[in-house]
Amino acid sequence: MSDDILFDLKGVSKKFVKGKDTITVFDGLDMSIARGDFLAIMGPSGSGKTTLLNMLGGVDQPTGGEIWFDGSRIDSLSENQLAAWRANNIGFIFQFYNLMPMLNAERNVELPLLLTKLSRSQRKKNIAAALELVSLSDRARHMPAEMSGGQQQRVAIARALVSDPKLMLCDEPTGDLDRETADEILSMLQLLNREYDKTIVMVTHDPEAAKYAKRTLHLDKGVFVEKDLAA
Amino acid sequence: MAGFFSQIWTVIVMNILSLPRRAWMSLAAVFAVAVVVAVLLAFLAMAKGFEKTLAGTGSDKVAIVTRVGSQSELNSVLGRDTVNNLTTAPGIAPDADGNPIYSSELFVIVDGIKRNSQTQANIPMRGIFLEGFDLRENLTIVEGRAFESGRNEIVVGKGVQQQFEGFDVGAEIRFGKTAWQVVGVFSTGGSAFESELWADAPTVQSQFQRGSSFQTVRLLLANADDVTPIKEFIDNDPTLNLDVQTEADYFASQGEALNGIAIFGWAISIVMGLGALAGALNTMYTSVAARAQETATLRAIGFSNTSAFAGTLAESMVLSIVGGIVGAFAAWLFFDGFSASTLGATFTQVVFSFELTPELFANGIQLALAIGFIGGFFPAWRSARVPVVTAFQGVE
Ligand SMILES: Nc1ncnc2c1ncn2[C@@H]1O[C@H](COP(=O)(O)OP(=O)(O)O)[C@@H](O)[C@H]1O
Ligand SMILES: [Mg+2]
Repeated sequence: MSDDILFDLKGVSKKFVKGKDTITVFDGLDMSIARGDFLAIMGPSGSGKTTLLNMLGGVDQPTGGEIWFDGSRIDSLSENQLAAWRANNIGFIFQFYNLMPMLNAERNVELPLLLTKLSRSQRKKNIAAALELVSLSDRARHMPAEMSGGQQQRVAIARALVSDPKLMLCDEPTGDLDRETADEILSMLQLLNREYDKTIVMVTHDPEAAKYAKRTLHLDKGVFVEKDLAA
Repeated sequence: MAGFFSQIWTVIVMNILSLPRRAWMSLAAVFAVAVVVAVLLAFLAMAKGFEKTLAGTGSDKVAIVTRVGSQSELNSVLGRDTVNNLTTAPGIAPDADGNPIYSSELFVIVDGIKRNSQTQANIPMRGIFLEGFDLRENLTIVEGRAFESGRNEIVVGKGVQQQFEGFDVGAEIRFGKTAWQVVGVFSTGGSAFESELWADAPTVQSQFQRGSSFQTVRLLLANADDVTPIKEFIDNDPTLNLDVQTEADYFASQGEALNGIAIFGWAISIVMGLGALAGALNTMYTSVAARAQETATLRAIGFSNTSAFAGTLAESMVLSIVGGIVGAFAAWLFFDGFSASTLGATFTQVVFSFELTPELFANGIQLALAIGFIGGFFPAWRSARVPVVTAFQGVE
């Protein structure tokens, strides 16, 4: 396996059992994601985009196959091991920002740092740097309810990158934003990818959003299909 | 384990900060716990006050002698000869002249009208010699004077004067055909004697047709708490059919009848507590459901499910502790020192004050904590099991 490969999925399958029915979302999926990639995953609703992202992020486990991350298998980790793995390696960005409404911006950004050994003053420095990067230094004390959707998503980005994870996983990060704000957010992700070497996997159904990525994969009924829309 | 406590602490703080979003429901849970604790403490304070009044009444330096099997002063009868014979027993403290120190007494029941309810209730009236006053601890005449022998005069206990009408000093009061003059008020520092009327023993004998008989004899013990010589004396004389015990033991056994109050208080509070528990569970399950996405998001970030558990449990405990404190404070405000009277074992009114002690307070808080713990535990369990993928689902 090349050192350039961050993620390697080998024969991954995922089935949901609901009563007597079994929904097979993936059946023998292979894929790899290079270090430093900015990958957009597109596809119709129900094609398995979120399920794939969940497995990459270690919040859901495959029914079969192997998921290798940075040279070690994550598909067989226990729930607590996965939590620790997520804390060390992943930054999540959600469609609906998922900020804690009772905490102000800097407290929200601080959350991942509470899982580290960083001192209070070191945490403060990192929070300030992350908010600076998303141009929200002046909103540090604002509550989520006092901010626009775009600002909230920028706080969420700061939260996702504050602990310096290798990988950022975004599920429809601009799905709830207008065009202009979406472009702002996407440029920010692009910057993180280009200047800060973050590997980014982004699920979207917006072709405009996918244009910011380095490459785009199209998922349909659990398999990747060739579809050169980028042209 | 990095940040094990800081993440738990953060989640606890977040749970508590989220309370205003469910303000009414949370307040209802607090209120339910408060009511339960207040009710419990009212009962316990009542039992405690009664117990304390009776415990403070009996002295262990004084023996009380009653007829065998009479159980209370009211049912006992002792003849003149019996009293004379008894007072020759060993183990009785002598006065300066070497005579035994004792007090032979009568104990009858009269009627009075209670101030607050305007209903008739029994008042015990004690026929006593002035020497008998010396066998009561902390006795003071707080108003007027003591009765004079041979006259229809009474001194009233402070408790009687507070609870019953018509016992002001100088007033005349009728019991059946006889009229009595109230000449003074006495206090015994809150003990049950304050619920009595005292009058001259020979006068009570004649006005209540008791001939020369008494009902009880109190003996000052040569050695505190030691009734053995007197007991042996009684056992060795077949003409004496008497029970002897220290006054402290006598009142303690009278007080046991009212232990039922505390038990009843606990029983009713536990039944009500189950209601409050149902409320707490409902509130907390609602909280867990409402915050599922926040919980899942924290888990996605890497927070442990232990922290989710702790946060929910802490939220529940905080609600119930606040409820417990509010309830205890309300009980203290309304009931501490609240004066009441109840039927003693002698079917007479014993006046006592509700008493909220720190231990009772602790009991109330413990009950609140129990409700909070159980009411939080199961929802906390559910919170810890919120699937992390919930974080990626849209707002429900
Ligand atoms: N927890 C689940 N239980 C049962 N079925 C699920 C679950 N999650 C996803 N699915 C099913 O898996 C398929 C893929 O879902 P998803 O990954 O959410 O698609 P997408 O994000 O591309 O819209 C859908 O048919 C969906 O109904
Ligand atoms: Mg989806």
